[in-house]
Amino acid sequence: MTEEAPAIVLDKVNKWYGALHVLRDVSMTVAQKERVVVCGPSGSGKSTMIRCINRLEQHQEGRIVVDGTELTDDLRALDTIRREVGMVFQSFNLFPHLTILENCTLAPISVRKMPKAEAEELAMDFLRKVKIPEQAKKYPGQLSGGQQQRVAIARALCMKPKIMLFDEPTSALDPEMIKEVLDTMVSLAESGMTMVCVTHEMGFARMVADRVVFMDRGEIVESGTPARMFEDPQTDRLKLFLSQILRGH
Amino acid sequence: MNSQATATMPATRARPPASVYGPIAWLRANLFNGIFSTVVTLVIGVGTAWAIMGLMRWGVANAVWSVPTTATGAMDPTACRALHGVGACWAAIGDKWRFMLFGRYPYDEQWRAGLTLVLFIGLFWVSSEPRFWRKELAYVWVVTLWVIFLLLWGGVFGMTYVPQDQWGGLPITLLLSTFGLALAFPLAVLVALGRRSTALPAVKTLCIVYVELIRGVPLIALLFMANVMFPLFMPVGLNPDKLLRAQVAIILFAAAYLAEVVRGGLQALPKGQAEAADALGLTYWQKTMKITLPQALRLVIPPLVNTFIGFFKDTSLVLTIGILDLLTAAKTAMADPIWQGVSTEIYLVVAVIYVVFCYTMSSYSRSIERKLGRTANR
Repeated sequence: MTEEAPAIVLDKVNKWYGALHVLRDVSMTVAQKERVVVCGPSGSGKSTMIRCINRLEQHQEGRIVVDGTELTDDLRALDTIRREVGMVFQSFNLFPHLTILENCTLAPISVRKMPKAEAEELAMDFLRKVKIPEQAKKYPGQLSGGQQQRVAIARALCMKPKIMLFDEPTSALDPEMIKEVLDTMVSLAESGMTMVCVTHEMGFARMVADRVVFMDRGEIVESGTPARMFEDPQTDRLKLFLSQILRGH
Repeated sequence: MNSQATATMPATRARPPASVYGPIAWLRANLFNGIFSTVVTLVIGVGTAWAIMGLMRWGVANAVWSVPTTATGAMDPTACRALHGVGACWAAIGDKWRFMLFGRYPYDEQWRAGLTLVLFIGLFWVSSEPRFWRKELAYVWVVTLWVIFLLLWGGVFGMTYVPQDQWGGLPITLLLSTFGLALAFPLAVLVALGRRSTALPAVKTLCIVYVELIRGVPLIALLFMANVMFPLFMPVGLNPDKLLRAQVAIILFAAAYLAEVVRGGLQALPKGQAEAADALGLTYWQKTMKITLPQALRLVIPPLVNTFIGFFKDTSLVLTIGILDLLTAAKTAMADPIWQGVSTEIYLVVAVIYVVFCYTMSSYSRSIERKLGRTANR
C-alpha cells in the first residue's frame, strides 16, 4: 500500500430504511492522516454514514473502500476492516461487567491474540495518555461520563487502528466534561491519526479539522476547509445550519 | 457535595431523636400507627398465636412419638389410632421415613441411595461457591454424576445390581431436576441465541417452532408421550428405560421455558453493547460469550431461579407415568394398612423437604444477585 492511497473512499453510496432514503449518492474520500469533521442537522444521515464505514450499518448501493479493502458481504474483509478501524460512540458503550483495564485488553487479547501481560501494558499506556491510569481497576459505572468516554477512546486505540471514527462523542456529556474529551481528541489528532468525526463542536473543527463536510437530508451539501466553511458558506442550507448552531452557543 | 450545601446544614446532630429511632419507635411506626393499624395488628397477632398454639398442641403436646412393637415384631399402631386427629402420629414417620426418602430401593442397599444424596448436596454446594467457578468444575460434575449412577445401579465393586424401576424417592427428584436443568440450560441458551439470529433464518424458524410447540403442550402430556408413544418409534429391542424417557421430556420442556427467559435478558441489553463488540472486531461467539450473554444472564437471575424452582417441583409430575419420586414415594408409604389415616404428617414432612430446597435456591439467588450487582452498577 502506498502512502498516497486514500484511507477511506465512499463512492455514490445509497441507503434506505424501508422507503426512507437516508443516504443519497454520498461520495467522499479521506486521505491518510486526514482529519474530517462531519456536521449537519439531526436526521441528516451523518451518523448513518459513519456507521457504514465499519459496517454497523449496511449500504445498499455504491462502494465503500477502507484502507484498500472493499466492504462486501465477505466476512474476512469485514474482520480486516474492523481491526483497522476504531470507533467511539455517543453513549460510550463500555462493557459494564468488566473493569476499565479489561475493557481495554479484551479485544487485543481475543482478536489480536496478544499475550495478556503485553495487552495490559499497552492498555495502561493508553490509559495514561487519556490521563486516567488510576481508574484501571474500577468498573465503568464508577466513572464520570467524561472519564468513561476517555476510556472508550483508549479502548479503541488499544487495537492500534489506522482510522478512528467518532460518532458524536461529546453529545451525551455534561458541559463541564466536554473539554476533557475534546482535549484527548486534539492530542490524538496531533499524533497523526486519520479521523472522521461527527460532531457539533465547531471550536474543535476549527482547531483540528483539515476539512469540514456538511450533510443535510442524506446528502453531502458542501465541504471545504473549516475557515472557508464557517466564514464563507456557499449554500443556504449551510448558512441556516450555522446560524442555528451559533445562536445555540 | 459542595460547600454551600454543608454551610446551610444545622448544627451537627449525630442521629435522629429517640422518638423516630429504636425498637419502640419502629413498633409504633409499623404496627400501631393509628386505630386501623392497631386493630389489624391485634387481629393478625391473635390469629397467628392461635394457629401456632394449635400446631404445637397437635404436633408436640398430643403427638405420639413412638409405638410399642408387638410380639411378632410389627408396629402396634393402637396409640396412633386412638388419637383421632387431635395429635400427630410421628411414629409413622419414624417407621416409614426410609421408604419416603428412597422408595422401593432395596432396604439393605439404601445406604447407597443415601450416599447419592450426600454427593448431590456436596455438588450443589461446590457449584454455588464463586471461588470454585473454574473449568475443573465441569469435570467434578461429570465424575460426581457418574459416581451417583454407579451407586444407584450397582453391579460393580461388589454392589448388587438394582434395576432402575426400583429406584425412588428423593434421589429420583434430585436426579431428574439436576440433570433436567443442567442440560436444559445450555440448550436454552442456544435456542435463545438461535431465535435472535438474523443471519440464519432457518435456524431462527426452527427455534421458534420448537419453543412454541413445547410451550403449547402440558408437561404431563409430554411425559405421557415420552412414555407411551416414544417406544413405538424405536426399533425393537432398543427401548431406553422409563426414567431416561421422562428425563428427556423434562429437559426439552424446561429448555423451551428457559430459552424465553434468556431471550428476555438478551433483549433487555442496550444495542450499543453488541455494536461496541462488533466495532472492536470480536467474532460472534466472542461477543456472545464475553459481552452479551454474561450481562443478559445477570439481568435474568430472578426469573431464571423462578423457573428452576418451578421445575424442581414439577418433576413430581413423573408420578403420572409410574416413577416413584419423593412425593409419590411418600404417598405410597401412606398406603401401608398399619398407618391408615396418617397422611397430614407425611405430606408435612415432604413439604418441609421441598421448602428447604426451594428456599435455599431462592436465598442463594438473592445473594448472588447482590454479589454480581456490586461489581456491575451501571
